[in-house]
Amino acid sequence: MTTFQRHRFTPWLLLAPQLVVIAVFFFWPASQALYQSLYVQDPFGLSATFAGLDNFIQVLVDPEYRRALGVTVVFSASVALLALSVALLLAVLADRVVKGARGYRTLLVWPYAVAPAVAGVLWMFLFDPTLGVLSAMLGTLGVDWNHRLDGGQALALVIIASVWKQVSYNFVFFLAGLQAIPKSLLEAAAIDAAGPWKRFWTITFPLLSPTTFFLLVMNTTYAFFDTFGTIDATTGGGPGGATRTLIYKVFEDGFVGYDLGASAAQSVILMLLVGALTLVQFRYIERKVHY
Amino acid sequence: MRYRRPGLDLLSHALLLLSIAMFLFPVWMALTAATHTRAELYTGIAPLWFGGEGIDNFIAVLRDPVGRLGVSVSQLLFNSLVMALGIAVGKIVIAILAAYAVVFFRFRGRMLCFWAIFVTLMLPVEVRIMPTYQVVSDLGLLNSYAGLILPLIASATATFLFRQFYLTVPPELLEAARVDGAGPWKFLCDILLPLSKTNVAALFVIMFLYGWNQYLWPLMITTDTAYTTAVVSLKQMATGGDNLVPWQTVMATALLALLPPVAVIVTMQRYFVKGLVDSEK
Repeated sequence: MTTFQRHRFTPWLLLAPQLVVIAVFFFWPASQALYQSLYVQDPFGLSATFAGLDNFIQVLVDPEYRRALGVTVVFSASVALLALSVALLLAVLADRVVKGARGYRTLLVWPYAVAPAVAGVLWMFLFDPTLGVLSAMLGTLGVDWNHRLDGGQALALVIIASVWKQVSYNFVFFLAGLQAIPKSLLEAAAIDAAGPWKRFWTITFPLLSPTTFFLLVMNTTYAFFDTFGTIDATTGGGPGGATRTLIYKVFEDGFVGYDLGASAAQSVILMLLVGALTLVQFRYIERKVHY
Repeated sequence: MRYRRPGLDLLSHALLLLSIAMFLFPVWMALTAATHTRAELYTGIAPLWFGGEGIDNFIAVLRDPVGRLGVSVSQLLFNSLVMALGIAVGKIVIAILAAYAVVFFRFRGRMLCFWAIFVTLMLPVEVRIMPTYQVVSDLGLLNSYAGLILPLIASATATFLFRQFYLTVPPELLEAARVDGAGPWKFLCDILLPLSKTNVAALFVIMFLYGWNQYLWPLMITTDTAYTTAVVSLKQMATGGDNLVPWQTVMATALLALLPPVAVIVTMQRYFVKGLVDSEK
């Protein structure tokens, strides 16, 4: 045991910046959210009365909240499934070609660096009702595209922009996962006359399942939280709440509507949700270690 | 090899190239739109090829205050850069110090500190929006670089990553440092930091992108556009009120806003992939 490891003061000095930041900007606000969620404030913020679980009950019976929950589920499931399947297809293709896999990775990975809000704005231009290329193309097919008026189309727009950005992330992990699969397994199957289709579903896909599961959790988290920028920059939660996700509603109720109790109650519900997601992720990591 | 099929290989290349083109398409359309005047854009649907403006729109947004924002895009890009660098460097520095304390010192409350840092993983800024805003407002940090950077600087991921790395450092190194009479700071600066170079580079790439692409936080705390970031400004430009959206300006700004992080990811791809894989473990 070395001498300086027994220092009393040094470790606290080293930890101080991190601890101060998390105390001021994480634990204090989180406890405030908990506190506010149990109180009702008058409109001027002058007094607060204890309300027990009233805020939570009000949030949970609010049809707008349930609608936001529905939008979030549809949105997240679509983003995760589309981003995963497109990325898997591309990774399988890039893994096959052997030569140039790295080059393809460079050419496919860059959308990860694009901010969600920027991705949203780029796609909003393509689907612009007056001069967008894609909306014009849909027009010739008889689809009257206007995401400012049509809720379903607005949701489709934010899903497409979110998927476009997320595929690159999944691609990196799928490609790494595929390259880790021993080629001898696939060759053995080929000798047994299994075609590429069968080889994929009976060997590659099961061996990739840890990666796929991990990515499913990560994509859900992405769709929940990171896509706020995409939604705010393109549709602003509209039209008529068609793209208002849970996060967007917390923001609207708290920051725009200034309903602190309701916003805090929603924050607490979201914390529980993130906690659950994190736990799922950990269980998976443990499994991978023992694998 | 018997199981290779040249026909399928060719098909794979074709499909990959097609998808690459599809992924590039939005950026291509932004580039062509940014080289036209607004009047030209609104004569029909968006043009597929470049217009006569060249880089004039880019120069204009960088030099002159843009529309209702009242600041130029160079100012916005500068703000983004300060925020991204501040967050990336800050996160790495405080994570290194914290991980060093947790791994190499024996003191009461060591594990408690580690878990306190770790639990913050469950508290992303999106779920504690309002109270955090109030804290920052009480501290008088609205519309300031400190307000943009400090609340996002804590990092459970980075601390965890450095902890994992330090745990693999052989105890003989520590022993050798002791024999040479090195103190805690000397051991950190002369031995641990040089060993952590790749980890630092990998984390820097990830955290730089994270900082540059922040949206909700800067949107909330910057009411003064002089502190707004490039990413956040796009919405204000694209929702032009009664007028037609000035797409040539919006697209020029969007391209300028996506160029720095894309450049970082492409030039530092090796570190990026390492950082991505490590930080999600």
